[in-house]
Amino acid sequence: MGEVMYVIIVGAGKVGYHLGSLLMAEGHEVMLIEKDRAKVDLLSMEFHDAIMEADGSTVEALKEAGANRADVVVATTGNDEDNLVICQIAKVMFLRPRTIARVNNPRNEELFAGLGVDASVSATKIINAVIQEQVKAGDMMIPLLTLKAGDIEIVEVQLTRSSHIVKKKIKDLTLPTGSIFIAVIRGEEVIIPYGETEFRPEDKVLALVKRTSEEALRKML
Amino acid sequence: MKVMIIGCGRVGSVLANRLDEAGHQVVVLDRNQQAFRRLSGKFSGRRIVGNGLVEEYVRPTLQEEADILFAMTDKDNVNVMIVQRVKRNFKLERVVAVVHDSILAGLYKELGVETVCPTDLVIKDLLQTIQES
Repeated sequence: MGEVMYVIIVGAGKVGYHLGSLLMAEGHEVMLIEKDRAKVDLLSMEFHDAIMEADGSTVEALKEAGANRADVVVATTGNDEDNLVICQIAKVMFLRPRTIARVNNPRNEELFAGLGVDASVSATKIINAVIQEQVKAGDMMIPLLTLKAGDIEIVEVQLTRSSHIVKKKIKDLTLPTGSIFIAVIRGEEVIIPYGETEFRPEDKVLALVKRTSEEALRKML
Repeated sequence: MKVMIIGCGRVGSVLANRLDEAGHQVVVLDRNQQAFRRLSGKFSGRRIVGNGLVEEYVRPTLQEEADILFAMTDKDNVNVMIVQRVKRNFKLERVVAVVHDSILAGLYKELGVETVCPTDLVIKDLLQTIQES
């Protein structure tokens, strides 16, 4: 793990609470700011001095939390207007911290970026991205693993009778650049493919593919 | 002039009435229909029920070349978010946010947002009263 960071989290809802717990478990210093007294009371057993009751979207509260020495300020409340103001205060008053905002309405993401929020996280967008991946898989290719910052994937393709490569040998195929077959699963058997390997309709093919070549591979199969 | 007022509270409603009486074209937006009861019976401007943070509710008015927008809901954070978005997406002569928190008002002034701080105004007035007495 890298060096210890001081992270201020505004909003002790589910996102703020779990983020705070995770960061503390990793050895970072955390301060949770929550304006609802009941929530503060509930969490004080666990967070002790690392939680305070205040409106985190005010200069006073952030100052009291020690925003001057914070490495990161994360705004996780359920209100986008509060999250925006928290990040803007942090940027203007306490020059050092990186600011991260939870975006509840994905349409606010662009606005946030334009107004000096360093990074924003939208649960809606993340879930949507996952769904899109699944939909793509529905038409054949299932991404199994994404490597190296999303540039390379291992994908699984279930062949059918109508697949273009059925009854063809690998040596007779021209694979798109940036892709290679790594295994053929035939029933219980796993075959490491070579030039003479001929594809059958029941085969499952594993391939390593660059994102940029994914579409070409999809067409070929 | 064409003026849009977001937030038909105690101050917003009176401002709307006065501007309307003075012959300006006024559009008032509030998320609560009941808020419009504060407008006078003679008010001839438009009333829109909606959320000022959602662009669909303000776009039709601002597209037709409004001159001024006042964001004056009871929430400072809502007001500064509204004006910052409007400034980016529309061409208005003036966009003003009412910010009750005096420190926050100063901070947003630094960021180039035109703000009016009722707290500062009241304090200024009270201090003046004391000096005069």
